[in-house]
Amino acid sequence: MPGPAIEIENLTKEYPFGFLHLKKKTSLEGLNMQVETGEVFGFIGPNGAGKSTTIKLLMRLIFPTAGSARILGKPISDVEMHREIGYLPEQPYFYDYLTAAEVLDYFARFHDLTAADRKDRVQRMLKKVGLETARKIQLRKYSKGMLQRVGLAQAILHDPKVVILDEPMSGLDPVGRREVRDIILELKKAGKTVMFSTHILSDAEMLCDRVGVIVGGKLRGVGAPGTLVDMKTQGMEILFELRGASNAPLLSKATRTGDCYRLQVAEEELYAAIEQLRGAGARILSVSQVKGTLEEFFMNLVEADRTQAAAVEVSGK
Amino acid sequence: MRRVGVVALNTFREAVRDRVLYNLVFFALLMVVAAVAVGQISIGIEQTVIVSLGLSAISVIGLLISVFIGVALVSKEMDKRTLYALLAKPVRRWEFLLGKFAGLVLALAVNTAAMALGLLLVMLYVKHSLERGDVAVLVAVYFILLKLALVVALALLFSCFTTPLLAILFTVGLYIVGLYVQELRNLPVEVMSPAMAAFTRWLSYLLPNFENFNVMAMAAHGRAVPGVLILQNTLYTVIYCTIVLTAAAAVFSRRNLK
Repeated sequence: MPGPAIEIENLTKEYPFGFLHLKKKTSLEGLNMQVETGEVFGFIGPNGAGKSTTIKLLMRLIFPTAGSARILGKPISDVEMHREIGYLPEQPYFYDYLTAAEVLDYFARFHDLTAADRKDRVQRMLKKVGLETARKIQLRKYSKGMLQRVGLAQAILHDPKVVILDEPMSGLDPVGRREVRDIILELKKAGKTVMFSTHILSDAEMLCDRVGVIVGGKLRGVGAPGTLVDMKTQGMEILFELRGASNAPLLSKATRTGDCYRLQVAEEELYAAIEQLRGAGARILSVSQVKGTLEEFFMNLVEADRTQAAAVEVSGK
Repeated sequence: MRRVGVVALNTFREAVRDRVLYNLVFFALLMVVAAVAVGQISIGIEQTVIVSLGLSAISVIGLLISVFIGVALVSKEMDKRTLYALLAKPVRRWEFLLGKFAGLVLALAVNTAAMALGLLLVMLYVKHSLERGDVAVLVAVYFILLKLALVVALALLFSCFTTPLLAILFTVGLYIVGLYVQELRNLPVEVMSPAMAAFTRWLSYLLPNFENFNVMAMAAHGRAVPGVLILQNTLYTVIYCTIVLTAAAAVFSRRNLK
């Protein structure tokens, strides 16, 4: 049984600010977390929650105030361990005087690959991220989405065991997002460990074995998307069609779109509601359970954090 | 060291693609104008005028590139965040820094060599032949290159802990001070307090001595530059650059990126 791919212990980051840097803002507070080998782990949270800070700490782009982290069992200060890591920075930017093929070849040179191997990998990666036809264009002429694709290509070019992606879907159109999702699933299939940050919850729900929710620099929950949220049925939703006018009392509670209505009722009231609607001449299209979503869980945490922050501000503590 | 070489070659490529070597066109134009004008206005001192003008131009152009591009070497990478993906590769921060330094010095060497060649061609045009004493011109060009390497190292150090604008000011300021280090050593220490005299002496050794690299007068008059000075300046540059780059690496290795 392989150990965790990423182990984070009490990781804390404070930024000094103000005159003479005497004040401190805590960006990340005592983060403890593990990412298991071979899993896709989603790191979700609103902007400024500490997602990028955590990833930058793991990449040693910034240094922790306290705590430590290990990747593949080695401390993050071990530079050689970076041979096994792929990293996509948030809103990546590369040398704009180079072409996509040149920038990938440049990065490949740090991995002791032969010239033939480099050439082969660069070609395969450009094809994989859909930049084959733009390979000879300087990056200064690339769009944001194209740069994101270059960033993804350089992250997986050397076949790393652990891939860390900071907002990989950012700046991509729906087609691009779909392609990134496919690449992440491909990496998972190949046994790689993937950790990615996002604030697009549907992506996390769709791709992740587990997610970690971070709000206000603190980890608020870790687990499979299904276990994090309250999966108990919160009610039943009836979708029905009704042409013409009706005075059924339930209609006032329904949401109307054209001739279609959407009505949410308690589980025990379902059959009575259906009978009443049918009596009013409605055609029932579907009945489905209403469950808690990751989005609701996430929004509740964000709301609680804002309320707490406001209370602290008011009390002055 | 292979990783240093990869960064260095890319830095050189950046300088070439960002059209840094276009300054050679300006130098060529200046030399052509000088060659035509010198015959008209100076009789018997063509060599002195051409060599002084050529070496001054090589020095000033080189200094501008060293200061402005030297400061941008690291600060631009931090500002544009091109450094992020690179530092996630198996490369140490000091290797990156040394590579950037070596790459710009390589670009300066090519640039300076091209200008030196231009200067020799103009000298050949004006004098119709080159003499043994003209080797001093090549030594003077070599000294300019050493001086530029030192300026790049200083610019790199300052850019590691301050803003680009301040780094430019510090580098230029230190260069100007470094031109007068000899005057600092010649101060009458006997009229100073012992503490002040010791401080002045230490300061004069601590500051980079750019005056030692100036052999323009010798070159202009075709006088040979002593071999010991060549050795001394080479060693001085290597040791001083090593110290400055070690300090830069120490600062940069602890720096939090944005």
